[in-house]
Amino acid sequence: MPNRFPNVEKSIRTVLPKLGIELEELEGASCCPAPGVIRSFDEPTWLALSTRNLALAEQTGHDLVTGCNGCYGTFKEALAELEQHPERLDEVKKVFRGMGIDFEGNVAAKHIIEVINELGLEEVKNAVKRSLEGIKVAAHYGCHLLKPSKNRPWEKTQRHTFLDELIEVTGAEPVKYRDKDMCCGAGGGVRGSQVVVSVDMAKEKIDNMLAAEADCVVNVCSFCHLQFEVSQAQLNKELEEKKYKLPVLYYTQLLGLAMGLEPEKLGLNKHVVNTQPLIDKILG
Amino acid sequence: MADINRDTIRSENVDIGFIQEVVDAGANRIRTCMQCGTCSSVCPSGRRTAFRTREIIRKALLGLKDEVLSSPDLWLCTTCLTCLERCPRQIKVTDAIIIMRNMAVDEGYMLPSHRKASKKLLETGHAVPLDEANQEMRKELGIPEIPPTVHQHEDALEDVKKIMKRTDFQKLIEGQESEEKE
Repeated sequence: MPNRFPNVEKSIRTVLPKLGIELEELEGASCCPAPGVIRSFDEPTWLALSTRNLALAEQTGHDLVTGCNGCYGTFKEALAELEQHPERLDEVKKVFRGMGIDFEGNVAAKHIIEVINELGLEEVKNAVKRSLEGIKVAAHYGCHLLKPSKNRPWEKTQRHTFLDELIEVTGAEPVKYRDKDMCCGAGGGVRGSQVVVSVDMAKEKIDNMLAAEADCVVNVCSFCHLQFEVSQAQLNKELEEKKYKLPVLYYTQLLGLAMGLEPEKLGLNKHVVNTQPLIDKILG
Repeated sequence: MADINRDTIRSENVDIGFIQEVVDAGANRIRTCMQCGTCSSVCPSGRRTAFRTREIIRKALLGLKDEVLSSPDLWLCTTCLTCLERCPRQIKVTDAIIIMRNMAVDEGYMLPSHRKASKKLLETGHAVPLDEANQEMRKELGIPEIPPTVHQHEDALEDVKKIMKRTDFQKLIEGQESEEKE
């Protein structure tokens, strides 16, 4: 997130404190590393680096919180692997020898949307100062936020509604669209190596959102965010017309607008797909 | 009627120990696969490409190690985990694919863009390091210009590099380059 979307990071840093959530920096953290990419290349390296990040969080005495589904997937799966196979923790500890990195496993990994959801809909609603009535939003949950469902905190295992509900309390209308639960197409190293296939998946999702007359897409993942932003620019280039211009917002950006914050404070002026038409519609 | 081509699986192409390796690495229910095809039917990559999850699993079960590991199809999975959720035999399909990808990389099958991302991780501790444009954007937005990650902490980066050396990741990524198969 910090190296890809500082604008989204800005919205997180602005909005969460206003909800009473204080953030502490995870000093010295590295890449999570990615569950579909680095884990696909060398799982033991993936486990060692993710455990190091978890150990840094444990040392602060707080849970680890991430704004990216990929990081979330990595930390949830790494914690499960270490808990279910104590011998894996021993292997990791051998890799850490002499570095002074302790890890007891007394840390949880949470997603920002999970923390917001835990506040409760009423609490979030109370923060809303400017209703987003009349705005249609296509929610995109993303894969690693929800699956594997056995290792996720959500009430349901499929047909989730929590993000739609968090959108609804802003006054906006979450729309139904075809194949809502489908992958954005970026993960698993596909975006990096098979870009045509990857963009085609994003196109299918965006076409379905447009068919539902969405004014914007709201996501909670830096890679999904990139996928929807960059793919639209790529598609327009191929088509030689500006057909795809659906604004892509991270949840804290949408909520921030509903809280009456200035668009610049939410990094909305730094998007690939212009967000101004949406902002104009909201500000009327 | 059109000719039916005979497709013979030769014993020299079968590695009978392969599936056990996959099982040992964590895909323990893979042998219960009944080839129902649920995995392929829910696969977003399979919708638009010739990638068939069921086929990969079948070939793995037959012991066609080289064919599976050298196949570019193995890299069309976005790890969306839908197949794992839906598998009626509760096979960890996505985990099985990741396990086989690890084996493929170990054999030297790695796509160039993946090697590039791995090298960035080796050099900077981030698969996506900070670039100038984003540093400038951070400044404009009024958030720490250099994020407080390994980018800001040299000693932390040293630890991260040491970890990747000890897990042989450095050797895996850099050592193979001269004999790259892709």
